[in-house]
Amino acid sequence: MDAAALTSRFPATQDLAGKDMPTYRVAGSDLLAVVSALRDEQGFDLLADLCGLELQGRPVRFGVVIHLLSTTHKEYVRLHVDAANDRVPSVSSLHPGANWHEREAFDMFGIVFEGHPDPRRILMWDAYPYHPLRKDFPLAGIEVPFPAADVAEVTGQKVEPAPMMGGPFVSHGGKLSEGEPSALDQSWTEEKPKA
Amino acid sequence: MVKSDFGYNSKVEGEVIVTRADAVVNWVRSNSVWPMPMGLACCAIELMAAGGSRFDISRFGMEVMRFSPRQADCMIVAGTVTYKMAEVVRRIYDQMAEPKWVVAMGACASTGGMYRSYATLQGVDNIVPVDIYISGCPPRPEALLDGMMLLQEKIRNEGGSLRRTFRGRTVETKIVS
Repeated sequence: MDAAALTSRFPATQDLAGKDMPTYRVAGSDLLAVVSALRDEQGFDLLADLCGLELQGRPVRFGVVIHLLSTTHKEYVRLHVDAANDRVPSVSSLHPGANWHEREAFDMFGIVFEGHPDPRRILMWDAYPYHPLRKDFPLAGIEVPFPAADVAEVTGQKVEPAPMMGGPFVSHGGKLSEGEPSALDQSWTEEKPKA
Repeated sequence: MVKSDFGYNSKVEGEVIVTRADAVVNWVRSNSVWPMPMGLACCAIELMAAGGSRFDISRFGMEVMRFSPRQADCMIVAGTVTYKMAEVVRRIYDQMAEPKWVVAMGACASTGGMYRSYATLQGVDNIVPVDIYISGCPPRPEALLDGMMLLQEKIRNEGGSLRRTFRGRTVETKIVS
């Protein structure tokens, strides 16, 4: 891809020196123009993925990552966008396939995609009050009313926190048995770097 | 059918069978359980295998999978019941005509299984009464057939009421024949 054309035309674009593919941090105000330029001028015609993420320890809490694929040049590009005030412009107008991805990112993280044609939840039910993939949301869940009031009336069922029974259970490294096909070194995590 | 429900000796009775009406009704019901395949996850794949020629659920009169609740007798809940889907499961159960039975197939339908999470109903017996629980993740078709044979046994021994598990308690439902 023509990196110089991108960075000279959009000065706010920052090269993040991606190891597996060209990676750029794009300003939210530039996003539509950048995606449009990549699609129309550099052949990145397929939106491979769009997902939300929560960035711990950074001033902007949420971000969006977009992977674009060029079917002519057979290469990928990755775009990072910070969601200032939890808002990001929707790219559904340029790549219709982004529609459901953006709905999922909204559902799970509460990132609002401005200009989205159908900004509803996609996984949880419409009346659900939380965004479950946020770091401050407990895995077990929070008690809320059952989605259907008439069923709740008959059954007395609520959406209850799941019993964790001491979980979530994670393996603590090392082989459980000789035959286990696990990675030998499991001492590192996202927080703790590899020794 | 319990042996005493059914007396027949061709030398004595010729072509006449003497029995009780309950026993006949139960026998007919138990051999034509039309399932409502509530396939929600991977258990449904094993449910489909049970319907195929190798395992052949039709040996028990159950091959008539009805995707309409009005024509079904037994809802086989095969898979993870999310809170969003739980509403639909209960509505379909309500639309089925009495007498009706529910089989919780696999760990997820029985208890929530490995999904201890915000999105998953922890056992379908929280919203519908369950007759038979089948363990496994997913259960093999043989396990499903064993569960369905247990259900047949239960149907044959019904005497006007049915004991089922609902919200952790055993509840008794009257059956109108």
